[in-house]
Amino acid sequence: MTSSPLLQLDAISQRYARHSVVEQLSLSLQRGEIGCLLGSSGCGKTTVLRCIAGFEPLSGGRILIDGQLLADARLHTPAHKRQIGMVFQDYGLFPHLTVAGNVGFGLDALARDARAAQVARMLALVGLDGLAQRYPHELSGGQQQRVALARALAPQPRLLLLDEPFSNLDVSLRERLGQEVRDILKAAQATAILVTHDQHEAFAMADKVGVMEQGRIMQWDSPYNLYHQPANRMVADFIGQGVLLPGEVCADACIRIELGEACSLRPHGFAAGSRVEVLLRPDDVAHDDASPLRARVAARAFRGAEFLYTLALPSGQTVLSLAPSHHDHAIGEEIGVRLDAEHLVAFAI
Amino acid sequence: MLQPYATPLEKLWFYAFRLFCIGVLVFLILPLLVIVPLSFSADSFLMYPIHSFSLRWYEAFFTNSEWMDSLKNSMIVAPAATLLATVLGTVAAVGLTSADFPGKSFMMTVLISPMVVPVVIVGVGAYLFFAPLGLANSYLGLVMVHAALGVPFVVITVSATLRGFNPNLVRASASLGGNPVYTFFRVTLPLIAPGVISGGLFAFAASFDEVVVTLFLAGPEQTTLPRQMFAGIKENISPTIAAAATVLILFSIVLLLTLEWLRGRSEKMRTAASAA
Repeated sequence: MTSSPLLQLDAISQRYARHSVVEQLSLSLQRGEIGCLLGSSGCGKTTVLRCIAGFEPLSGGRILIDGQLLADARLHTPAHKRQIGMVFQDYGLFPHLTVAGNVGFGLDALARDARAAQVARMLALVGLDGLAQRYPHELSGGQQQRVALARALAPQPRLLLLDEPFSNLDVSLRERLGQEVRDILKAAQATAILVTHDQHEAFAMADKVGVMEQGRIMQWDSPYNLYHQPANRMVADFIGQGVLLPGEVCADACIRIELGEACSLRPHGFAAGSRVEVLLRPDDVAHDDASPLRARVAARAFRGAEFLYTLALPSGQTVLSLAPSHHDHAIGEEIGVRLDAEHLVAFAI
Repeated sequence: MLQPYATPLEKLWFYAFRLFCIGVLVFLILPLLVIVPLSFSADSFLMYPIHSFSLRWYEAFFTNSEWMDSLKNSMIVAPAATLLATVLGTVAAVGLTSADFPGKSFMMTVLISPMVVPVVIVGVGAYLFFAPLGLANSYLGLVMVHAALGVPFVVITVSATLRGFNPNLVRASASLGGNPVYTFFRVTLPLIAPGVISGGLFAFAASFDEVVVTLFLAGPEQTTLPRQMFAGIKENISPTIAAAATVLILFSIVLLLTLEWLRGRSEKMRTAASAA
């Protein structure tokens, strides 16, 4: 797809006094895509969202939607003229209005009948029909979340922003609702940006994820690529688990590591003979009793369907390995391991 | 609650505390209540004991044109001053709480000052300032100064209500296309209404029983009810004053009950909002 992006952030910066919150951040999102800004608290991800929504002015850079300039260092289109919906971390439901009143809030331009029909359609979309006359405080957290989503989607915004949408819900509800919200957004053909510190949430919901650190995006990519082809050590470290194993580049561009020759590598461009580090995810190291390479079980964590083993290689270097849960080995036991990886990624030391 | 295992000292404290509380309430209310039976007295003097009862002073109050004119004036000045004070005070409070700018606390102090400065000074000052402008001896001048006296009550109650107000609600409204004016009337005002209304009631009460500024600023045309009572006491201590006072007390009770009802409602809404 080569169509122009719906949302484009062009090197945006945001500073309070001397303190820089967002620094030269760029990203673009296609129509219908769900993007996610992932980072620990204080990395500036919520500020980015507030800049897009129009609650914060930009110090530099440009925000474009549909090719139209929304904001730069001098221009600041007020929030109510942006047609950008938002779901707040605390939902921000109007306590004095019913569910129907909340969902219909942004539909004042419509005639009464059209408005009622749209409210009904939105409530059906989020599975809350029948609760239209309730007040927000009479609903559970998950229901309030859905009302907030329906309210934001009702005026058919050009873009939807979700600020830590699940952080106030308990974990079991979070996963289920995450999938549900993704389905709802896809059904509504909405373009959305989500902000979270939870990578499982990010992976479950988003098509594109940006890992943020100190106001910058380290990598803006699909969840698969973030996990298997992190752009740098920081992303590798932040996303998922794994270890960096030292190795040496051979003449044929393979890399020799303690687990053997790794040839299924991403193009790396390192010269033969250079010392590098290879990122090994737990699923890159397989348990195979036929393998001549032995490793000692140093620690293990039972996860139900699988074991996460920490294995000590003969050199003392440890790697992580995922094994089906019936491969039950005690700590101290020697087991056979083998490299079972596609597209490994290497970093310079 | 007195526990069965309370020691004698705790029992003593339990009863002493309650007695003290009743004493405080009596001290506050008795001076008000003393006047009520006198208004039903048939005697011509404001004095106990009462020999016989009648409604003649109520008749005097409601048929005397001076009293009725003053009541009418009060009913013009107080609502007008309340309206002005409530609108200006609410707008000031919203502005002062939603934005951060230099001189903010100074501005707050200026707005509150009519409550702190002795009323006599406000009265003299208003007279000296308004007389050359032709605003002395006019309804407009009186309404303006009464409004200034009422603004601090509105600013304080509305600011207090706004402290518990979730700013995300304003952002949510904006993200749904609501411009600032629309947002104020559809979101902010309904949620701070209890504060606005209690502020307005205080402002009303402040104007309704105001004597000092009225003494300086009002001409005979603008004599308000308290001003008339004041004059009545000075000239002849007629029990009509007792009747007027009883009417005012009744009026105040209605005001207070409204206030209490509103407070209860706002409390309910606040707990609902915080649970949400």
